[in-house]
Amino acid sequence: MMTPHGTMAAPAQLDPMTPRPFRIRQRRKELADTFTLALAPDDGGGFAFQPGQFNMLYAFGVGEIPVSISSAPDEPGEILHTIRAVGKVSAALGALKPGDMVGVRGPFGTSWPVEAAYGSDLVILAGGIGLAPLRPAIRQVIAQREKFGNVVILYGARTPEDILFRKELQSWRGHFDLNVEVTVDRVTGAWGGRVGVVTGLIRQGGFDRLHSIALLCGPEVMMRYGVRALHDCGVASERIYVSMERNMKCAVGFCGHCQFGASFVCKDGPVFPFDRIEKLFAIPEL
Amino acid sequence: MTEQDDLRAQIKEHPLLHDLSDAHIAELATCAVAERFQPGEFLIRDRTPADKFFLIRHGTLSIELETPPKGRLVLQTVHEGDGLGWSWLVPPHRWAFDARAMTLVRTVTFDANALLARFEANHELGYQLLRRLLGMMAHRLTAARLQMLDLYGPPPAAKV
Ligand SMILES: Cc1cc2nc3c(=O)[nH]c(=O)nc-3n(C[C@H](O)[C@H](O)[C@H](O)COP(=O)(O)OP(=O)(O)OC[C@H]3O[C@@H](n4cnc5c(N)ncnc54)[C@H](O)[C@@H]3O)c2cc1C
Ligand code: FES
Repeated sequence: MMTPHGTMAAPAQLDPMTPRPFRIRQRRKELADTFTLALAPDDGGGFAFQPGQFNMLYAFGVGEIPVSISSAPDEPGEILHTIRAVGKVSAALGALKPGDMVGVRGPFGTSWPVEAAYGSDLVILAGGIGLAPLRPAIRQVIAQREKFGNVVILYGARTPEDILFRKELQSWRGHFDLNVEVTVDRVTGAWGGRVGVVTGLIRQGGFDRLHSIALLCGPEVMMRYGVRALHDCGVASERIYVSMERNMKCAVGFCGHCQFGASFVCKDGPVFPFDRIEKLFAIPEL
Repeated sequence: MTEQDDLRAQIKEHPLLHDLSDAHIAELATCAVAERFQPGEFLIRDRTPADKFFLIRHGTLSIELETPPKGRLVLQTVHEGDGLGWSWLVPPHRWAFDARAMTLVRTVTFDANALLARFEANHELGYQLLRRLLGMMAHRLTAARLQMLDLYGPPPAAKV
């Protein structure tokens, strides 16, 4: 169902609280602390989702965490999740091998407004692991490139060694009709590219301020400054979408664990039109 | 087209100064030369007298610091459309970093002492230029603060 803002509600599933068994088909190391799991339903059934939605991944005997789907709906093969090992459950998922099982609940939450952005310019701002939830949207945009105006993809990482999906970024950069910029905060080795914060790239423009949709995903501080830079360029709040993270338990709007003001991130998000959460997005000065 | 016409056109095209009046641009052009730097060439050397201001017209350069024993550290890259250098405005009028061309770099380079003399004689010109330089410095300061935050570092304490 399309909301007025064009994001999509999660399709209902039979029992959203019961994990469905998925088998790990592949485990790919992305970065020192980040890996991608390729999953397939063990019951042979299908799995429909929208870019930006997330699943609850259950590492048996350890716990369950929300993880965005990093493959595109029309991407052949398995369903991908790109995970940074930061604690108990994410590390347990990282220790699993091809053939092992995980429990999956989902897909949950709202999606990136790819269709609602038809006819507009797109500004996609990602930081760190935040490129993973945006990857399906970027792939959808590339697959129907003619439906959009200018497409600007801005990605920031901590160091060159922390650049996620490096090969894919390079291939996107090779498209003559995509403007892809990558920047890092620190240089540790050989790097001939940009050094500086990713939000600074917004000032360079390359998009029509009145006819652009912006999609942001990354650390909250990055998104805060990204939104400010977009506002400074004249992009209105209702044209800016951010993906929020809060700790979750039920993922279906029952437990209140992910409450964000009057919204639940699991149900009303994770992708929010910025005007809906602007007042909550407290902006303490640095 | 004379060299001065050419410089005036280059200043007028640059995002940092494009909205100055024609009279101010003409005055600035008399303090400027067009320069090219090859990849690897230094535009600025740490601790040397700061006597230039650059408008970057083309290319990318890195702001670097020698940090023994770690070696050279790239703090930031500067690109087409940016300005470079403000140490000439404040004592001790020495550069505090190196700036090196990463690609072919084309600049409009101003003689900072000539600029300062112009500002003394024409305060309005000085005010207009300083306003724009201050904007550039404010952006750099915000960017440097964000870089210091280590945005993508280990996750902070969970929000409940
Ligand atoms: C909608 C949604 C989508 C997400 N998508 C992804 C994704 O695609 N890839 C990915 O790697 N992660 C994603 N996350 C974050 C992921 O859920 C957390 O990293 C995970 O819950 C941490 O659990 P843990 O048991 O591994 O760590 P814990 O042992 O619970 O915590 C370890 C450390 O991480 C911190 N932490 C826990 N949760 C978060 C969080 N949400 N944000 C920041 N710090 C946290 C804790 O405070 C602690 O310092 C997403 C979160 C949400 C809400
Ligand atoms: S996780 Fe339970 S309400 Fe969102």
